[in-house]
Amino acid sequence: MPYLGSFALLLALALSVYSLVAGVLAISGRCPPRTAELLGETARRAGIAVFMAVLVAAAALLWSTFHDDFSVSYILHHSNRDLSAPYKFAVLWSGQEGSLLFWALLLSAYGFVLRLRHKVDVRLVAHASVILAAVQVFFLLLLNVAALPFAMEPGPPPADGNGLNPLLQYAEMVIHPPMLYLGYVGMTVPFAFALGALIMRYPGEKWIHITRRWTMVTWLFLTCGIFLGAHWAYSVLGWGGYWGWDPVENASLMPWLTATAFLHSVMMQEKRGMMKVWNVWLIFTTFMLSILGTFLTRSGVVSSVHAFAQSSIGWWFGGLLIATAVVCVFFFVKNRSHLKSENKLESLLSRESSFLFNNLVFLASCFAVLWGTLFPLLSEAVQGEKVTVGPPFFNRVNVPIALFLLLLTGVGPLLAWRKTSWESLKRNFAIPAGAAVLTAVFLIVGGVRPWHDPATFYSTMAISLAALVAATIGSEFLRGARVIRGHTGQSLAAAMLRLTQRNTRRYGGYIVHFGVVVIAIGLAGAAFNKEKEQELGNGDKMMIGAYTLVCRSYTQDDNRNFSSEWAILDVYKGDRQIGTVFPERRFYKASQQPSTIVANLSGLKEDLYLVYAGKNNDTDRPIIKAHVNPLVAWIWIGVLVIVFGTFVALAPNAAAVKVTQPARVQTAAVEAGD
Amino acid sequence: MKWPAKRIAQACSVPLLIILLMGAGDDARFDRLGHKMICACGCRQILLECNHVGCQYSDRMRGELSTWLARGDSDDLVLQAFMQKYGQTVLAAPTTSGFNRVAWVTPFAVFLAGIALAIFVVLRWRSLPQAAASPSVQALDNYRQQARKETAEL
Repeated sequence: MPYLGSFALLLALALSVYSLVAGVLAISGRCPPRTAELLGETARRAGIAVFMAVLVAAAALLWSTFHDDFSVSYILHHSNRDLSAPYKFAVLWSGQEGSLLFWALLLSAYGFVLRLRHKVDVRLVAHASVILAAVQVFFLLLLNVAALPFAMEPGPPPADGNGLNPLLQYAEMVIHPPMLYLGYVGMTVPFAFALGALIMRYPGEKWIHITRRWTMVTWLFLTCGIFLGAHWAYSVLGWGGYWGWDPVENASLMPWLTATAFLHSVMMQEKRGMMKVWNVWLIFTTFMLSILGTFLTRSGVVSSVHAFAQSSIGWWFGGLLIATAVVCVFFFVKNRSHLKSENKLESLLSRESSFLFNNLVFLASCFAVLWGTLFPLLSEAVQGEKVTVGPPFFNRVNVPIALFLLLLTGVGPLLAWRKTSWESLKRNFAIPAGAAVLTAVFLIVGGVRPWHDPATFYSTMAISLAALVAATIGSEFLRGARVIRGHTGQSLAAAMLRLTQRNTRRYGGYIVHFGVVVIAIGLAGAAFNKEKEQELGNGDKMMIGAYTLVCRSYTQDDNRNFSSEWAILDVYKGDRQIGTVFPERRFYKASQQPSTIVANLSGLKEDLYLVYAGKNNDTDRPIIKAHVNPLVAWIWIGVLVIVFGTFVALAPNAAAVKVTQPARVQTAAVEAGD
Repeated sequence: MKWPAKRIAQACSVPLLIILLMGAGDDARFDRLGHKMICACGCRQILLECNHVGCQYSDRMRGELSTWLARGDSDDLVLQAFMQKYGQTVLAAPTTSGFNRVAWVTPFAVFLAGIALAIFVVLRWRSLPQAAASPSVQALDNYRQQARKETAEL
């Protein structure tokens, strides 16, 4: 089977090269039309066949994993006989070579879908297809030359493998990396469309319509991937947090920020024919940031806890990054006259300006993350000594920027296209601003002291601004729904549903914004975290916040994959027992590595997060680390809201509503919005 | 009765200082300083969040932090002592002196420059002659309202 996999990869490379060369010839205009048409069609079919070949290679690697073929070096180092079936799937992306094969598989799958749907615009897809083929050639070259997934071990195969990294032996790890990769790799498609449209000087904005859906889908994958990673870190790493500003985390956040900026600014191009240069470069930057992140984390240039993926192949990505930048700059300089704006910004108080500022804030945040990630290198070059740039830096720099962004999220929808009068803004802004002030007062009366420390101040600001945004969204829904109710006589809820169906993109977007509000509240809770560490013998008590933990017992177990020890703790809130929990520590035999299984009692108000931190060697009693983390569940709920909102935004608009009865009440005239 | 400004400032600053200093005991300082450093074991985690089994550094460093605090040294002195022992990388964020200041200033400078540039661009574009005269803001609002009324049949 490994030989079949190797052959499939070689075949895929040959097909990709053909797809690229034939595709270039077909679109270059140097062949007779009939020849160009035939070449283009064979290039498209070769592109489709690449997917089949890479699929066979990936299946071969999985087959070898499930059959414990430890003659394959990759499987020897990332699997073992006692690994359960779902985690054997995760072996595919748990190491360098496998993850690159997975990347190539997803890229070819995206290409497969794109080429099957070529009739949407044959010429544009042909251009995009060539760019996808070029990227595909890079990955297949890497897999055939520098990172061989089917490299064989010298000598007879060992009896068992080294096992999967214990940190990856968690249910979410079977989903998180594929989601993240779907996001990363998916950004290649809008990039291919944008570059293709620039190369062919594509008339009109149709490419934007095609690209927008691709970008939204891949943005959703990236969003889910990032938050699944955060949830995994929270559930597995056992340090009580969900985001550590590690370079690998930063690498996933940066393209997300620029892709989010693009999803906003693209509306300017669709509605007003503006910001064409900006949009093209946002797409280019998003793709390049995906590559940069991969370069940084796989080259070892910056140190990361995700060290499993460091090797010399990082420099290949450096090369790809430079080549991409050169190609983008070349075609931009050559065809920039095609990107002239059709309109100009007319006022600082307009929807266009709010999009412009929103984009600047996203880019500033992206720059701050990139700057913090690279500053240790700069410091070493200038001062001769590396410095650490960790969470305190990123939090202090990014939180104010994020708060400004949250404010814009609330203000933006209140502004009309082209120009908004101060009177109109004041009228629309009064309720949201009032909600923000009331929330701040409510928090202070409830005992929050924003002047106590910066974290509390930022939390108060975040929750108040979240109220502002929620009020804006609510008023937008209400305003529209009242108009529909006035004409159809439907209930307010039914009118809101109808409103959303009629303009899924706009109101789906508002639902996504509401998800962001919920997440912001969840993140704000971090300012009020509590933690405590204590040794607990049988019957000992530990108090944290409103909780009392009583150690009922502690014990241990052993199976073929890992040995474990855990504590049995009864949890009381006041006098009432609310549960029994089992924080656990495992030791995986094959990899000789420990892992934490956190016990988490999660509620809307707070999480009681318990970690079995090990045993005191002198007393042989377990050490329990307890955290009370307020509002964390809101983050995960917010993500679900975002997913729902994105699905709504992706759905097609419903047909216009028929008027069933004459207008009865003419209510609030809508002055803002589109 | 007229209160002099100085007296008002003093009256305000006393409760503010009390609030700010409340709870600033050794536990709070331990927590604050422990979150300003990373564990020297190479895990890149904040000192108080390092949870490696058998980590040779975090327990020892926490002990050292408690000892320094018990001696009554200032925060700066404690951090200096750790830097001397473990190097500059023990600090979780760059200092605000020397070249390290660049790390803090640059993101905000870029952000503000971007905002200023955007405002400049909007104002400059606004001053350019338009192809056709734009209606006034109030007129636009009125048109918008009228359009919504007329298309409200949905």
